[in-house]
Amino acid sequence: MKKVLTLGLAAVMAVTLLAGCGGNNKEAGASGGGSPSASAGQPSDAGGKKRLAIIFKNTGNPYGEKQMEGFKKAVEENGDEAILKAPDQPTAEAQIQMIEELISQKVDAIAIAANDPDALQPALQKAMNAGIKVISLDSAVNAQSRITHVNQADPERIGRTLIQGVSEMIGGEGEIAILSATSQATNQNTWIEWMKKELEDPKYANIKLVKVAYGDDLRDKSVSETEALLKSYPNLKAIIAPTTVGIAAAGKVLTDKGLKDKVKLTGLGLPSEMAEYIESGVCPWMYLWNPIDVGYLAGYTAEALVKGEITGAVGEKFTAGTLGEKEIVADGDGTQVMLGDPFKFDSGNIAEWKEVY
Amino acid sequence: MEPRVLTSKKPLTLKGFFLQWEWMLVLLFIAVIVMNVNLSDYFWDYNNLRDATMSFLDKAFIVLPMVFIIILADIDISVGSIVALSSVIMADLYAHGVPMELALIVCLAVGTLCGYINGLLIVKFKELSSVIVTLSTMIIYRGIAYILLKDQSVGKFPKWFNYLGWGYVGSIPFILIAFAVFAVLFGILLHKTTFGRKVYAIGSNPTASRYSGVQVDRIKIIVFTLAGLMSAVTALFLTSRMGSTRPNIATGYELDVIAMVVLGGISTAGGKGRMIGAILAVFLIGYLRYGLGLINISAQTLLIVIGLLLIFAVSVPKLKWKGTGAKGKAV
Repeated sequence: MKKVLTLGLAAVMAVTLLAGCGGNNKEAGASGGGSPSASAGQPSDAGGKKRLAIIFKNTGNPYGEKQMEGFKKAVEENGDEAILKAPDQPTAEAQIQMIEELISQKVDAIAIAANDPDALQPALQKAMNAGIKVISLDSAVNAQSRITHVNQADPERIGRTLIQGVSEMIGGEGEIAILSATSQATNQNTWIEWMKKELEDPKYANIKLVKVAYGDDLRDKSVSETEALLKSYPNLKAIIAPTTVGIAAAGKVLTDKGLKDKVKLTGLGLPSEMAEYIESGVCPWMYLWNPIDVGYLAGYTAEALVKGEITGAVGEKFTAGTLGEKEIVADGDGTQVMLGDPFKFDSGNIAEWKEVY
Repeated sequence: MEPRVLTSKKPLTLKGFFLQWEWMLVLLFIAVIVMNVNLSDYFWDYNNLRDATMSFLDKAFIVLPMVFIIILADIDISVGSIVALSSVIMADLYAHGVPMELALIVCLAVGTLCGYINGLLIVKFKELSSVIVTLSTMIIYRGIAYILLKDQSVGKFPKWFNYLGWGYVGSIPFILIAFAVFAVLFGILLHKTTFGRKVYAIGSNPTASRYSGVQVDRIKIIVFTLAGLMSAVTALFLTSRMGSTRPNIATGYELDVIAMVVLGGISTAGGKGRMIGAILAVFLIGYLRYGLGLINISAQTLLIVIGLLLIFAVSVPKLKWKGTGAKGKAV
């Protein structure tokens, strides 16, 4: 009995080991055979083909997926290879690990939508020291951690436009609240600052910003933060959600609770996700730029850096595919490229845009 | 079935030696390395293999005391929150003009205190399981971190602080050396001291241990305090790697750490397992993640792979011990 068992266990181990090797041999064969799926991201076909990577904040974010899609399109238009990565949690720790993996792979460029402006500095500087061109897009890293930044729209225009819009919706009077992403999200914080500046104008004297809540760009947290806002501020007239996850969550809560006529919603949202709320009137209108274009512009910016057409200095110009010529402008102590103005989506145009993204 | 007697007291034969779980881990580790080498051309590179340890070793410091805790048949799920709290207090003190050296010591002290409080609560409220106690402190510790920083991030540490997470001694990462030193210390504590023997005894049978004069409460408090201290050590390395800190850092670390300990063959039933198993598991999961990262596999797929590995880890020893138990009856 004892011997049988021992033999059995030994056999199991041997099989495990063999199975391990067998699996590996198969993998080796596949990559040697040049199967496209196995060689994705591998240098086997690196004959002059550059590899440019993008890291988004986290997975499962449709906005991020569109951005990565645009990046991929731009890189492939240049005949190069795009690597798309996103961690399962929206944390800086996870992004640092991905940066390390990309440094190991000796990619030519990294474009990153950061979960924290400062926390990635050591990792991104390591990447730049290794000769990798680093840019941020959408959500910036600090100027020491990047060569340049691709900005989706002028932050001042976004902040001011959102306040102007909300003021129109509620007739220039009442309590409003903001439902943001994480408290460290660079772009949301900049927009909120501009919103507060716009609110200083005497014509908004009757509008009161009662709270900035953070839904962390997680669906469930955004829902519970919205519910908390509605409970804590029964006189709330409007919610501004400058994040696609937040605005969709708030739209759902307001619809479910039947508050369509009591609390207005606006902010930045994806047309495909927001169409039903715009059509039902919960969200009379909202704004956004085209995330595909943001990724696309980042792709061309990274390409221009890799090819040496630009160095990231103010005043340099390059052609960004179908977007035409773009110029690098100053941004604090760093530089950036701007995509353009935010675009307004309302019941008049949402039907055509919801099919696009 | 009394597996603890059979596994820990059994005279070691050559066959028995090679049938240990640690050998399975070694085989798995080799399989992972071979797989990674075949999957990516960048894996088998000294610099890459070396730098990969810098990104997965931060949480490994908590694995060491967690081995003790799980051998005691307890669990501590507040470690991630202790990392966040000690890191946040350190950063906040530094931001308010306290010298970094002092802030660093305070960080370790905060972690130790948090661990001590866990231990104290667990021995004082014996009717509550350690899951419940540390679930509460997990929420409280992170709550305090949020109150202190108000959902903001603090950073801009002095340059030398970067060395902890990014520096090298010669060509070896500092964090790897630090981990090796702690691993040896904890290994000795577990396997070569009476303290370690008592930990096994308590895990196997707390009542019997108590009646034979083992100071169960004292040992539990020491072990949980050590877990707090090592969480603070993790906080130092993690904060150094990040260059800034937030109240939500190290979220989910407790689960990663427990996963490594369980994969290392330490039984959640208590009284079983060895330090070397957990250390092997740290490198096994670390290099598995890194290798799959190199082929840019999606984050979800990676989680599934690690989940499967864990199921394998908890089911295979069960089969093995069932076998040994049957043998016991046959003899």
